[in-house]
Amino acid sequence: MNNIVRDTPLPQAGKAVGIETLGMTMRFGSFTALDNVSIRVPAGSFHALLGENGAGKSTLVKCIMGFYHATSGSLSVDGREVSVASPKDAATYGLGMVYQHFTLVPSLTGAENLVISRTAVPSVINWAKERKDLAAFMERMPFQIPLERPVSELAAGEKQKLEIVKQLYLGRSFLVLDEPTSVLTPAEADEMLGIVRGMTERGELTVLMISHKFHEVTKFADAVSILRRGKLVGTGKVGELSTAEMAAMMIGDVKLAELDSRLPVAEEAKSVLKVEQVKAPDRSGLKTIEIDSLTVRSGEIVGIAGISGNGQKELTEILAGQRPTDRGTVTVNGESYGATRPETRRNNVRFIPEEPLQNACAPKMTVSENLAFRTFDLKSDGKDAIWLNKGEMKKRASSLISDFKVKTASSSSPIAALSGGNVQRAVLARELTGDVDLLIVSNPCFGLDFSAVAEIRARIMRARNSGTAVLLLSEDLDELLEMSDRIMVISEGRLVYETPIRAADIGVIGAHMAGHH
Amino acid sequence: MTVEANDPGLSVAAGSGASLRPLLEWLARRAEPVAIGLVAILIGLALFSLFILAIGKSPITLFQLMYTGGFGSWFSIQNSLSRAAPLLLTALCVALPARLGLVIIGAEGAVVLGGVAAAASAMPFVGIVPPVVLFLFMGFAAAVVGGIWIGFAGFLRHYRGVNETISSLLLAYIAIALMNQFVEGLLRDPASLNKPSTKPLPKDYMLGQIPGMDVHWGLVIGVVACILSWVLIEITSFGFAARIAGGNVRAAQIQGLPVGKLIVGFTAIAGGFAGLAGMIEVAAVQGSANASLAAGYGYTGILVAFLARHNPLAIIPVAILLGGISASGGLIQRRMGLPDATVLVLQGTLFIVILFCETFYGRFKIFNPDLWKRS
Repeated sequence: MNNIVRDTPLPQAGKAVGIETLGMTMRFGSFTALDNVSIRVPAGSFHALLGENGAGKSTLVKCIMGFYHATSGSLSVDGREVSVASPKDAATYGLGMVYQHFTLVPSLTGAENLVISRTAVPSVINWAKERKDLAAFMERMPFQIPLERPVSELAAGEKQKLEIVKQLYLGRSFLVLDEPTSVLTPAEADEMLGIVRGMTERGELTVLMISHKFHEVTKFADAVSILRRGKLVGTGKVGELSTAEMAAMMIGDVKLAELDSRLPVAEEAKSVLKVEQVKAPDRSGLKTIEIDSLTVRSGEIVGIAGISGNGQKELTEILAGQRPTDRGTVTVNGESYGATRPETRRNNVRFIPEEPLQNACAPKMTVSENLAFRTFDLKSDGKDAIWLNKGEMKKRASSLISDFKVKTASSSSPIAALSGGNVQRAVLARELTGDVDLLIVSNPCFGLDFSAVAEIRARIMRARNSGTAVLLLSEDLDELLEMSDRIMVISEGRLVYETPIRAADIGVIGAHMAGHH
Repeated sequence: MTVEANDPGLSVAAGSGASLRPLLEWLARRAEPVAIGLVAILIGLALFSLFILAIGKSPITLFQLMYTGGFGSWFSIQNSLSRAAPLLLTALCVALPARLGLVIIGAEGAVVLGGVAAAASAMPFVGIVPPVVLFLFMGFAAAVVGGIWIGFAGFLRHYRGVNETISSLLLAYIAIALMNQFVEGLLRDPASLNKPSTKPLPKDYMLGQIPGMDVHWGLVIGVVACILSWVLIEITSFGFAARIAGGNVRAAQIQGLPVGKLIVGFTAIAGGFAGLAGMIEVAAVQGSANASLAAGYGYTGILVAFLARHNPLAIIPVAILLGGISASGGLIQRRMGLPDATVLVLQGTLFIVILFCETFYGRFKIFNPDLWKRS
């Protein structure tokens, strides 16, 4: 039993610990978030935890990690019951967690982040020695991360890797990974999970991974536990459960919205969005974004694949008129487009950025007000309105809320009170009503649960089928393969590869994403 | 102020019929700022009492005097209202930009320059045009100068990325220096010996009193400005666009809203109101522009706006309350032997407590219908 905090990074000498929860229950007031959940994760195993958003996955791991104190139930580490009152206690037992959201200090470098994360940092740090130790440590790590650059300059994928490396550096021997691959390329994800899996097989590490991706679960995990509405609804060896069975357990008897059957893109479909010879500086100002030619035709979904941080954000900013360009043209329906309100309105352009609460909503304004962002300054006859029509706003909001099944206590609740899926539904309700010529969407399903994802994809597909030109930027390759008519790969600010969906090969796309072209 | 104490109300809310629920939700959402504001004032008064106790005086006597001096008689009420008039306008100078997410604290600069502009524009016309026309000239000049001054802070913010809080404060210092420059040089009335001033307005060219009251017309101008601002912010599409930009500038940009124009426009309007406050000081109180213009109305306006949570209508009662507190300063000085600045200590204490109490928002179930049980 190793009950002291291991400050020195010794992942190779690490010995995996197993954990077990017994009747773990967590109540918040009258709401039961976790109901009598018992799972066993033996030492050296790779255990997956499946469930929709709100199924209790986070609550369970937070109880294990000492963020929450379970209302009842107990936790054992290596067969001995322990009381984990805080994350610090959890660390004592070698339990660590990699969060979906980053916990690194943006202004510090990777190396500094690693060193300061230790429990006992010396008051005077001998950086020369630390660098040497870190270099030796990184030799053993499968990830290539520039440790001397500030974390704020790293792309999301690199940050996520650094988070995992940090836990290993701290010598944790049981890791909770919360959707760890959501920002990685398939190749990177496979590599990372493969290495983590290798460590579990060698008995150095135990992993409990929260995931939404079945292929990851079936490929890497030994066993799986499935939660629904706070209850454990199924558990078993991965080989013994089919994906269909897992999905059924996860979502219960909810019927998923199905994608519209796909009409082929008409030969004569007109080009709606045309980007030509555009050049602009990227967010660091050191590199440039150069889009030679990008066309999206009516009734077509063009998917842009790429590892995060390769220019997707800049491309969307250029299209939204938020990033000045050095040269080149953006045209919509044949006329020059600068994303002003009149241009957007005339050409029926709609924009759904990633993380809609942060980028497309005013969090403290009400649902009804947020739903009116696009139309508040128009009268019903289409003329400019000076006075707000609050009655009309409310009426329109209630019809959109019911059409798009937005779950909200009332239309006067602040939109920040809604869950992620419902914020996204509200934004879709706002942007997908009326005629839409061009829809620009970025990571529309990031962090959403199963049924919300299916429904949102179906909405986008329906828009496509009715003639909307859709530009879909996504870090989720499965999503792109499912949705797109054509896929383009963005790498280091350039579109480097294009393929029609029929000829798409995930290996080739992955290679281009990773920079081999 | 605990959630438990309010729980009986909550169960009534949850248990009553569906038809009552929207009304209760509306009430709950409106009650939150009022309740938290009152609690903030109570905490502020309690801390201030400790301060008074520490210097060996009785807080009870002091509060009684404060009431007497601010609201105890018709005379003191009129005094309070007169002092509230400029606060209404300077508070708007903070509140309007705040709805766009900007923290402007340099209203003082717009007040003094507005005053100078009003005095300067009046000079050539005194005796030539009727008083009402003169007031229009003065008001226009003051509003334009104040608008340019604060609008410039908005411009720097949006187009040059300069922090508007710092720039508006520094601009206020420049404005005060400019005012001194003008009243001691170019615009100085040779007859003003000890206190350099512009040439005073003749008595019949002073902005007079509201009929039946010993309160000048500035109060009416201030109240009208508050009402107009409320209309602008709450029920016009420009105000809604501004609120979107204030709520999330990225969301506003994605909707193609002209964020830069909104910021410059609203800061200019805000500065225009503060400039009007300067004109009123000149036309109704001082009779000329001089160093008394920098009397701190711009800074007290910050307190008023924050206490009113940047709601233009709520500014009206809050400004009158703060006007009363400052009106009682003289009485406290005479009766208790405390310095005039004692009321400033109270204002400062209130401000800190109000900022602290901002963290209470959203914490109490009673005010948050989203957490109520579904009936």
